[in-house]
Amino acid sequence: MAAVSSPAIIEASFVSRLVTRKTVMIGLLIIAVIAVLAILAPWIAPYSPSRLSVVNRLKPPSGIYWFGTDEFGRDVFSRTIYAGRLSLLVGASVVAFAAVFGVTLGLVAGFFRRLDTPIARIIDAMMAFPDILLAIALVAALGPSLVTVIVALGIVYTPRLARIVRASTLVIRELPYVEAARALGVPTWRIMSRHVLRNLVSPILVQGTFIFAYAMLAEAGLSFLGLGVSPEIPTWGTMIAAGRQYIGQADWMTWFPGVAIILSVLSLQMVGDGFRDLLDPRLRKDL
Amino acid sequence: MTDLPADTVLRVRDLQTHFELGSRIAKSVDGVSFDVKRGETVAVVGESGSGKSVTSLSIMRLLSSPGRIVGGEILYRTSRGEVVDIAALPERTMRSIRGREIAMIFQEPMTSLNPLYTVGDQIEEMIRLHEPVSTAEARKRAKRMLELVEIPAADRRLDEYPHQMSGGMRQRVMIALALSCNPNLLIADEPTTALDVTIQAQILDLLRRLQREIGMSILFVTHNLGVVAEIAHDVVVMYTGRVVEKSPVESLFAHQKHPYTQGLLACIPNASRDRGAAGERLRLNPIPGNVPSVTALPPGCSFAPRCPYRIEKCEEAPPLMEAAPNHLSRCWRHEIL
Repeated sequence: MAAVSSPAIIEASFVSRLVTRKTVMIGLLIIAVIAVLAILAPWIAPYSPSRLSVVNRLKPPSGIYWFGTDEFGRDVFSRTIYAGRLSLLVGASVVAFAAVFGVTLGLVAGFFRRLDTPIARIIDAMMAFPDILLAIALVAALGPSLVTVIVALGIVYTPRLARIVRASTLVIRELPYVEAARALGVPTWRIMSRHVLRNLVSPILVQGTFIFAYAMLAEAGLSFLGLGVSPEIPTWGTMIAAGRQYIGQADWMTWFPGVAIILSVLSLQMVGDGFRDLLDPRLRKDL
Repeated sequence: MTDLPADTVLRVRDLQTHFELGSRIAKSVDGVSFDVKRGETVAVVGESGSGKSVTSLSIMRLLSSPGRIVGGEILYRTSRGEVVDIAALPERTMRSIRGREIAMIFQEPMTSLNPLYTVGDQIEEMIRLHEPVSTAEARKRAKRMLELVEIPAADRRLDEYPHQMSGGMRQRVMIALALSCNPNLLIADEPTTALDVTIQAQILDLLRRLQREIGMSILFVTHNLGVVAEIAHDVVVMYTGRVVEKSPVESLFAHQKHPYTQGLLACIPNASRDRGAAGERLRLNPIPGNVPSVTALPPGCSFAPRCPYRIEKCEEAPPLMEAAPNHLSRCWRHEIL
């Protein structure tokens, strides 16, 4: 039993172990830089992302246009950091959507035996679809817009979270302290929120990081295919889609948004991996 | 509503709890009856598989499927004096009985507390759940509860996590938790089994003192007859889901009227008794054989295959007979025992 240490101690050692991990630190640093750039885009961007300048079209990167310009003479750097706002917004919203619905479904399925089979089967059925294909179908059905993209990707990633929450709930539900709580008259919803959900924070956190990355990638994919937000709003996906036509003359148009996608997804994955390595052993011990 | 004698808190009558496993039916509790009087302790004794824990879970209505109460009554007198049949109560009413009227503590003090919250948090939660009091008031009462169960430095202990405490301490916290809503009846399911002997004695002392002070009744489930002698007023001995012997504690220890109870007592190692004529150590005296599965009970007396006194008549199931005043036995040969 000595292996179970208090959350306070775990949190302290968790943070200290986290910062000693190079990959996690680098990942967090990159995400922080991207987030700051995106949030402060209106102050950082040298030009408006929609400012046209026909004389300066398809200019290569230089001191004036750091990332070059696109076919309308718009500044690629400004557009890249503005596009980051949208990517982060989509990522965060999808994680929030999937967390709310996935955690609810998973808890209900894991806690109430009668609802387990139907919910678990629906989750399995949805997981059988390839992510991007399901998202494309949903966006096609609902019509492309920012909200649709978020909802569609939220629906795609909800089963992933629900499955993890359900599995953990099944284990925790049988723990002696849950039975003890029930024997002392703690109502079911309180057992679910206080005793079960609190135990699930780390797997949800880990999965949330991954979903954030997948959602950013999927949004770029959808935008690239013309199924995302309207083309005049800069997103990394639409920028790459537009740059594709000029890839022979102006490869910077695809390079920079591409690198932005790679860096943000890679760093989120690095952080998620780090979280998983650090949190899972503790989870196994505690359960 | 059926009536209950004024001094009786709980009357279990002909309780039948079955587990349906496909076509087989496990009669884990098969016609168990006993009374718990106000301020007294009844011990339910038996080996693993005797149905003692299922009996206590039935009273709490905490059976997990496919377990089900299929017959009998569990009459309980609430603190307001009403008599209710727990076996027939809707789940919603039952929730207001758990904790507030009947509380239960378990065998595993190591895992019965949530490792993620301080013990203070957990006791305060319990108090606030059942009574509308402020956070400050709940904390004050949580501290009083820890003092009641004799935990030193209660103020500091409130902010500790379960892992920072020893098993005995945790069981004290569990008792504090169970008592924080002033239950009428405490069901203790082997609360001292996981503890070493000195801590066991302390916990038993504590329960006895609390019973004297608060006047609650205790239903004590155990396999340890030594513990029974310490704490119980009445004893119910169970075997394969049935009561085989029932009597006041003095009478039971003076003369056991069922060979199973005799066997249980003979199992207890005794340093002076277990010596031969030359002072050499003798072997322990286990009851031969195993508890038969409740899905495949032998016909007649279920203890007969293991019984040294078995006769032909044992192929016929014995009823519960009065072997001495107030002393019931389910053995055809209780007179010669």
